[in-house]
Amino acid sequence: MIAELGHFALALALVLALAQTILPLLGAELRNGRMMATAAPLALGQCLALASAFLCLMYAYAINDTTVANVVQNSHSAKPMLYKITGTWGNHEGSLILWVMILGICGAAVSTFGRDLPTALRARVLGVLGLISVGFLAFTIRTSNPFQRIWPPAPDGQGLNPILQDIGLAMHPPLLYLGYVGYAVTFAFAIAALIEGRVDAAWGRWVRPWSLAAWSFLTLGIALGSWWAYYELGWGGYWFWDPVENASLLPWLIGTALLHSAIVVEKREALKTWTILLAIIAFGMSLLGTFLVRSGVLNSVHSFANDPERGLFILGLLMFYLAGAFLLFAFRARAMIPTGIFAPVSREGAIVLNNLLVCCITAVVFVGTLWPLFADALFGTKVSVGPPFFNSASFPLVVPLLLAMAAGPLMPWKRAQFMPVVMKLWWVAVIGFAAFFVALLASGQKVLPAVGFAFAAWVIGAAFADIADRTALFRTNLGNAWNRAKGLPRAAWGAAIAHAGIGITAAGIAGMGLAQERLASLAPGQSTTLAGYEWRLEEVRDEVGPNWTARRATITLLRDGAVVRVMRPARRFFPLARQNTTEVAIHTNLIADLYAVIGEEDAASGRAVIRLHYNFLAPWIWLGAGIMALGGGLSLADRRVRVSAPNRATARATTGPRPA
Amino acid sequence: MTPLSRRLLLAAPFAAAALGGAGFYTALQRQRTGAYNPRGVPSALIGQAPPAFDLPPVPESGVEPFAAADLRGLGQPALVNFWASWCVPCVIEHPQLMALSRQGVPVFGIAYKDKPADSLTFLRRHGNPFRRLAQDVPGRVAIDWGVYGVPESYLLDAQGIIRWRYAGPITPEVLEQDLRILLARHAA
Repeated sequence: MIAELGHFALALALVLALAQTILPLLGAELRNGRMMATAAPLALGQCLALASAFLCLMYAYAINDTTVANVVQNSHSAKPMLYKITGTWGNHEGSLILWVMILGICGAAVSTFGRDLPTALRARVLGVLGLISVGFLAFTIRTSNPFQRIWPPAPDGQGLNPILQDIGLAMHPPLLYLGYVGYAVTFAFAIAALIEGRVDAAWGRWVRPWSLAAWSFLTLGIALGSWWAYYELGWGGYWFWDPVENASLLPWLIGTALLHSAIVVEKREALKTWTILLAIIAFGMSLLGTFLVRSGVLNSVHSFANDPERGLFILGLLMFYLAGAFLLFAFRARAMIPTGIFAPVSREGAIVLNNLLVCCITAVVFVGTLWPLFADALFGTKVSVGPPFFNSASFPLVVPLLLAMAAGPLMPWKRAQFMPVVMKLWWVAVIGFAAFFVALLASGQKVLPAVGFAFAAWVIGAAFADIADRTALFRTNLGNAWNRAKGLPRAAWGAAIAHAGIGITAAGIAGMGLAQERLASLAPGQSTTLAGYEWRLEEVRDEVGPNWTARRATITLLRDGAVVRVMRPARRFFPLARQNTTEVAIHTNLIADLYAVIGEEDAASGRAVIRLHYNFLAPWIWLGAGIMALGGGLSLADRRVRVSAPNRATARATTGPRPA
Repeated sequence: MTPLSRRLLLAAPFAAAALGGAGFYTALQRQRTGAYNPRGVPSALIGQAPPAFDLPPVPESGVEPFAAADLRGLGQPALVNFWASWCVPCVIEHPQLMALSRQGVPVFGIAYKDKPADSLTFLRRHGNPFRRLAQDVPGRVAIDWGVYGVPESYLLDAQGIIRWRYAGPITPEVLEQDLRILLARHAA
């Protein structure tokens, strides 16, 4: 009964989405106020219907309803309740419902918070969001109905892939989808602007918070995925350039460019065509990710169902939205007339440089990810593109990006000069060089990590210099600077903090370049040393969980004879899935992760293979990502955004150059 | 910038998307027919003669065994098929092998890590498509061929050079859309 209700709610949502597409878009063309006014209630109704469908599916998982095919294929009664619930979106069908539900929530948010938007613009944005919903709901209902019943009921479910039974999985997809779907909103704004044939500061003021929110969530989602891979897979690495990882990086990169160019639209009414193009591509990249994960055209550790039929449907959707948008762009983008003019050396110029470099990195990741596919189709050769390509091709692009991102915020709008910037940043450069030489000496002349540390210091220092400059920290007394700091717009704080976050992540990545690793075969009581610690294997014993059995090792970590920590890595066996997972033990002191994995045991000698890692600064990788997202959040809380977009008349009056 | 070149520039994203879409469509079609498999690893033996081996017969099968020399210069393309009675996809594949055999394509079978009695039962139940049949109980020859699971098939041209490897069951789609074309191409 509940499953049928869910199915009905899905169908209802489809009908509402269809109405949400047709009525407001048509109403906006005909200037019919009543038709446009249907947009908001329809969006709210659609959101409610989708939330009901999602809750129905979650209920089926919670009670382990074995008459629902999706539950049988992906769940099991012995699973802990938490993983029964998170398992709702641990599969193709359920994750689609989550995706569409988040889209519905975004639509409802636009209709609720967008009361100040011009009526026609709001109607068009909601209409386009409705159209996106229609496509994905049709796809769900047609090819991936999660409420499909089976009869007779199965005795029990087949279980969820053990490596997905983890709290990381509970959070990773929802955050990622919040990011992906957030770009659907900026896409809708771009399409609405193309239909209307104009982009102004009020538009920029609306697109920027959405792209900020999407970017912040995507940052968190990607970081969480990387962290999950780090502690759950037990390989000791944090980024593998896997096609699906890259698929989430692509919208993040384009989103980063969009975030910056939207500022220019908002403040300077320039880069309009370019920003619209970025908004379309950002959503296109999200859809591409969806396509790559669900069609199985690339070899990846992820991949849901390898179903070319479903892939064909998603490709159809991707082409409909993307090619449609680009067609509209080809005909309507000429109408966008920039009003703000700027010199090449200026804040705008720095943002253009940022955009160019970020887009080049995107192109590298894009080509590297898809090359195996096209090489096979065009030349019939099998190639695999791995980390060496991505690392060496993106490094020369990241270096100028990190160089320039320090200078950009210190430049005034419209026209800038190099000398004042150099005056503000020379001491940061000195710190950067110092960091390079210190790292070079301390690491035993490892050049690349030292370069990484130098740039990390440069970027963090420049973020500090930016705030110091704005608060006149070095030119006035502390009390005065404090008052200025309190008066600084939150967006300025947000930008500096997000930039510093990049620096912290860069330091973490550089630190991982100095990671040490040791593989040892130890009998209980024996010990080995790594990175100045003594690691003593005490014992390995059996352990029993709700749906697994395990061998858990006890390793005592000693430094100078004193016990630092007792670590308990385990190797779990899930009889239902016949699969082993590793439970890594990590001891972190925020400077380094001490990371232990237990491998195979030899019954005859009683020895166990223990893999130990000393990952210098590893926690900073995710800490930096968290700080980036925090910066994004702070920027979102800026007064300009909170007060929301003023109407167009006042917007035009206030968009002169601002002291920023 | 002239209006025309600006117009062309603005149309460039559309052209790129259309091209990309066509590319993905081709990839999906090729994946559907088995011509493209992202997880597939190409055999290192393509373009080479099979590795040397000489295998014993499956007792009581009444089918002669074969060695590497027997695959040389048959004058027509042949299929070498690694299979086992315990392998479920082999049952799915079997009717296609029977069809090939009826049409005169020499099919050489190698029973992989299988009990001879079970191999016999399997062939009695489903029919024998194999012109020659050998057994590889320890699986050593399969390692030389680079087999990574059963069923797995290799197409040899008229001179006995390996031209194609397919890991997985030869479904009716694979038979029609790949194997038939390859058989015709290597017929001479």
